Amino acid sequence: MTFGDWIAEPVNWTFAVIALAVLASGFRVVTAKNVVHAALFLVGALGGTAALFLLMSAEFVAWVLVLVYIGAVIVLFLFGIMITRAPTNIDEGLDSDQKALPALLAVAVFGLTAWAALDGFGLTLLSTTGEAIPTEVVGESLLGRFVIPFEVVSFVLLAALIGGITIARRDLSPAEEEERAAV
Amino acid sequence: MLLNQFLVLGAALFAMGVYGLLVRRNIVLILLSVELMLNAVNINLVAFESVLVSSEAIGHVFAIFVITVAAAEVGIGLAIVLLIFRNRKSANVDDLSLMRW
Repeated sequence: MTFGDWIAEPVNWTFAVIALAVLASGFRVVTAKNVVHAALFLVGALGGTAALFLLMSAEFVAWVLVLVYIGAVIVLFLFGIMITRAPTNIDEGLDSDQKALPALLAVAVFGLTAWAALDGFGLTLLSTTGEAIPTEVVGESLLGRFVIPFEVVSFVLLAALIGGITIARRDLSPAEEEERAAV
Repeated sequence: MLLNQFLVLGAALFAMGVYGLLVRRNIVLILLSVELMLNAVNINLVAFESVLVSSEAIGHVFAIFVITVAAAEVGIGLAIVLLIFRNRKSANVDDLSLMRW
């Protein structure tokens, strides 16, 4: 299959456009000089990923990604940025000075994984193009074969909830506690 | 669609996450890079599910688990960042040298 054959399929150039947007946003996430911009570029990368999931007929996962990540996680990140009063304007001190070695390592990671994928899977085609995998199947799997991991994950969320409150709560000093007890 | 176009995209996103993790000095931005890496893994899981179509949509279930654990991770991570910021008035990892030799 040549590149011309590949790009001739509408679904592939749709992929190419979305993939470029995802890569550009992802690159800006790690290079943006403004903290809020970095968080908002992550929205772009995640939205593009959700679109790719729709291309791969994974509708439920796509909407879960939009709801959980873009709806909740990004809001939490913006909250974290605001609360740590990180400079919301351009700041040169956000990055470490040593950039060459991390860049080299990142290129090596990309080269190795991409080479392994290309070497291992060659021209394997996706087999679900077109018809969506029904949410029913995902739901039955979650509450059937994977019911114990499902419960464990719910316990993890509960532990994170309680842990988050406990860690972030401001402890009162002994004097303040006495004051409260007096009232 | 080829499987490899998704795998290579996932590898590129993961490598960007690695770069961000190593270069950034603000803790919130480091957590953002971790999210980018988890997202790359989700792309791979869903792509593999689309090739090895299983009757139980196992790849999708795993992606949902990863998303859930990532949400818990962000919640706890930001709580820790909040506590560090309250105690040390900084969200810069270079300032957290108390336990460094």
